[in-house]
Amino acid sequence: MSGDAAPKGWSRQQMADRLAAEFGDGWIVNLGVGIPTLCSNADTGDRDVVFHSENGVVGYGPVLPEGQEDLHLVNAGGQNVSLRPGAAIVHHADSFALIRSGRIDATVMGAYEAAANGDFANWKVAANAKGGGIGGAMDLAACARCVFLILEHTTRRGAPRLVRRCALPVTARRVVTLIATNYGLFEPAGEGFRVKELAPGLTLDEARAATGAPLTD
Amino acid sequence: MPKSKLVSGFAEAVAGIPDGATIAFGGFAGPGTPFNLIRALLAQGARNLTCVSNTTGGAHQPRMPDIGMLVENGQVRKVVCSFTAATRPTDVLPFARFLEAGQVEAELVPQGTLAERLRAAGSGIPAFYTPTGVGTEVAEGRETRNFDGREHLLERALPVDFAFLRAHQADEVGNLRYRLAQRNFNPVMAMAARTVVAEVEEELLPAGAMDPDSVHTPGILVHRLVRVPPAPEGLWPARRAERAR
Repeated sequence: MSGDAAPKGWSRQQMADRLAAEFGDGWIVNLGVGIPTLCSNADTGDRDVVFHSENGVVGYGPVLPEGQEDLHLVNAGGQNVSLRPGAAIVHHADSFALIRSGRIDATVMGAYEAAANGDFANWKVAANAKGGGIGGAMDLAACARCVFLILEHTTRRGAPRLVRRCALPVTARRVVTLIATNYGLFEPAGEGFRVKELAPGLTLDEARAATGAPLTD
Repeated sequence: MPKSKLVSGFAEAVAGIPDGATIAFGGFAGPGTPFNLIRALLAQGARNLTCVSNTTGGAHQPRMPDIGMLVENGQVRKVVCSFTAATRPTDVLPFARFLEAGQVEAELVPQGTLAERLRAAGSGIPAFYTPTGVGTEVAEGRETRNFDGREHLLERALPVDFAFLRAHQADEVGNLRYRLAQRNFNPVMAMAARTVVAEVEEELLPAGAMDPDSVHTPGILVHRLVRVPPAPEGLWPARRAERAR
């Protein structure tokens, strides 16, 4: 975070918690780098949710406190996580075989831009940038049953990250179905976004002013 | 009696790697990364290398030997990776300077495609189709084919000359076991390589002491083994601290 006023609405953990509330019982969920990793700390109640990490960890739990880590065990973000009872380890090709063959019910990723048509961009910081970070994002975006995003609603300079069409090179096209930001929960609806829920203290007008595409109730 | 594949040390483990070799390096965010072999390769000095790995190195501190250091040391012609930039856009890797200046070539590959290209190379499969990357820059100029109403990209196998791995346990004939998230790319890189060099964390077991049902990488694929000495002589994964910002 920059030194400016704290972002409006939900905190990072609250965004993760709210999105995690959408996970169904029995789902296999892949969590990407950044805010999405916080979903494995969320309380999923009675629902049985198995967290998959692209590096072949199937069935992990919360990040472990300092001193309790196992340095052989990391999630996609390199955080030292715990294993839940029933966890399994597979190699990288098998981990992505699980992804491509449709075993992943939902993938949760960060993004620089999310578009109203369901495109999103999260691997290159500028269209002309040399190099980037694709990681597992393109495999997951192309093959997971649901593609969810968690991102700050605006850039540090206040520019909208929810836009009509992506300006940055996309990770996949027309795949995103649900987006959590600090402003609330949004669904791509073609030319604009449908507001599923607003974070406490935020008005629809405030959300409209910070969004690069029309918002509808 | 089976012959032990244990070599005298890291210098011997990387001896004879020629200029122009293609080398795959195991590891993901620390676990399974052959830090000691990379350090030995920095000293060995082979040049004009093609390096295949998940990343060129992360932004976390303390920095461990990584592909970026081989680049900075003038040893690398090309990298094949799923990350050539840090995951956090505000972190700029030293590698970026070399890429910008055109001093190293980079082939950026989706991570699952990278793993499968290695698996294919190690399985006698020359190419395969995947839906990953369709509609993106990765697909530009690529051969595609429609299967069951969905577009797919043709991807070629990625054979390598050498694989550098890190395993938890080995027996003297080279059967390997990895521990937890250490497994990652290591088994498929072992399959894809003609010569496999593994650094091993625990004391080598005699042949026959490892349960055959629990072997992750069979010893017939492995050529050289070297034991990682205790720190500080040997390099071990450290707790990852956030880069000071």
